[in-house]
Amino acid sequence: MEYKDYYQIMGLQRDASQDEIKRAYRKLARKYHPDVSKESNAEERFKEVGEAYEVLKDPEKRAAYDHLGANYQAGQEFHPPPNWDSGFEFRGGGFTGADGGGFSDFFEELFGQQGFGGHAGYRPQYSARGQDHHAKVVVDLEDAFQGATRSISLQAPGLDKHGHMQLINRTLNVKIPRGIKEGQMIRLAGQGMPGTGQGAGGDLYLEIHFKPHPFYRAEGRDLHMQLPVAPWEAALGATVQAPTPAGKVDLKIPAGSNSGSKLRLKGRGIPGKPAGDVYVTLSVVAPPANSEQAKAIYKEMASKLAFNPRAGMGV
Amino acid sequence: MTRQTILTGIIVEDTIEFTLGELSRACGKPAEWILALVEEGVIEPLGTEQTQWHFLGHCLRRVRIVERLQSDLGLNLAGAALALELLEEVETLRNRIAALEE
Repeated sequence: MEYKDYYQIMGLQRDASQDEIKRAYRKLARKYHPDVSKESNAEERFKEVGEAYEVLKDPEKRAAYDHLGANYQAGQEFHPPPNWDSGFEFRGGGFTGADGGGFSDFFEELFGQQGFGGHAGYRPQYSARGQDHHAKVVVDLEDAFQGATRSISLQAPGLDKHGHMQLINRTLNVKIPRGIKEGQMIRLAGQGMPGTGQGAGGDLYLEIHFKPHPFYRAEGRDLHMQLPVAPWEAALGATVQAPTPAGKVDLKIPAGSNSGSKLRLKGRGIPGKPAGDVYVTLSVVAPPANSEQAKAIYKEMASKLAFNPRAGMGV
Repeated sequence: MTRQTILTGIIVEDTIEFTLGELSRACGKPAEWILALVEEGVIEPLGTEQTQWHFLGHCLRRVRIVERLQSDLGLNLAGAALALELLEEVETLRNRIAALEE
């Protein structure tokens, strides 16, 4: 297990005041909130900062942490000394006020497993029906075209055989419906928290996101892509092949096209009623002048074509 | 463990309409809180009588974002509603930038 430097994570000195800790947390939480931030590691950072704040905001936990850790470096192999927490009263008590589900092993080792009490997403309600759960799932864009079955691993709090709260891993085989769009949710009836007594299980909601694709950018059911073309294909017109997630298609390029010209492949986007379109933006690529012949052709164009690409700039 | 069950779900945004109770359960918040969101104009119910209200599927996502902004950043309802609208605008602008850069 690695030692976690909570002060470093929050960008604070070890002697920071409780007010400074609060201010640092507020700032970082806004910066890395997964709904707000577009940074790729936002979710991870947000959890890390939440965990650090959970310890540092509580003078008792902070004192215990300080007592333990002054000589450790972040990332260093760490084993808590025996009875390190004697004199502190939170051991195993499920003290956390935040949603501790995603906290690190380091946190759990020190401050105990999450108890029933303060789990934000998990307040026990005395209704019989199980609670609804949510999870995020990343799939391939192609799955929205074919409707694939994907195996999805989830962690959810549940009771082990001794009746203790534990994070339980489970794997579900889920059919990704054809025609799903980025950000949409799938509801799986009865796959949330089990009900108590005769109560039905809650539902599980999966929020679907697409893996970034090297060619396509999805916007609703429409896809946007760039298609490289040769100068003569753009100038003279041509029928070229273009990839789509459903397979190659023939695309007719009108004569006189240029870089930035947009073409639409109607109904070739994500299937549905109506199906999305694929928007193709042409990008003219100049062939390299890497042979005598290629150079001769460029020289001929230079001498025979009266062409000034900068005419619009007055130079 | 050879038998594998394949679960089939339905797309919330395309097919589901929630009652007040269902929406409240789906986001794990009390119905009063949902009513406050309606009041704030974050989501709009279909139907006139509160007992017959229905919410289109896309409301769930909005409601969940507001819930996270409130609990994680300590925003009040009006602030979270404003942040949600600005986030949606940012999303639209990001898409337009991406389109221009193509």
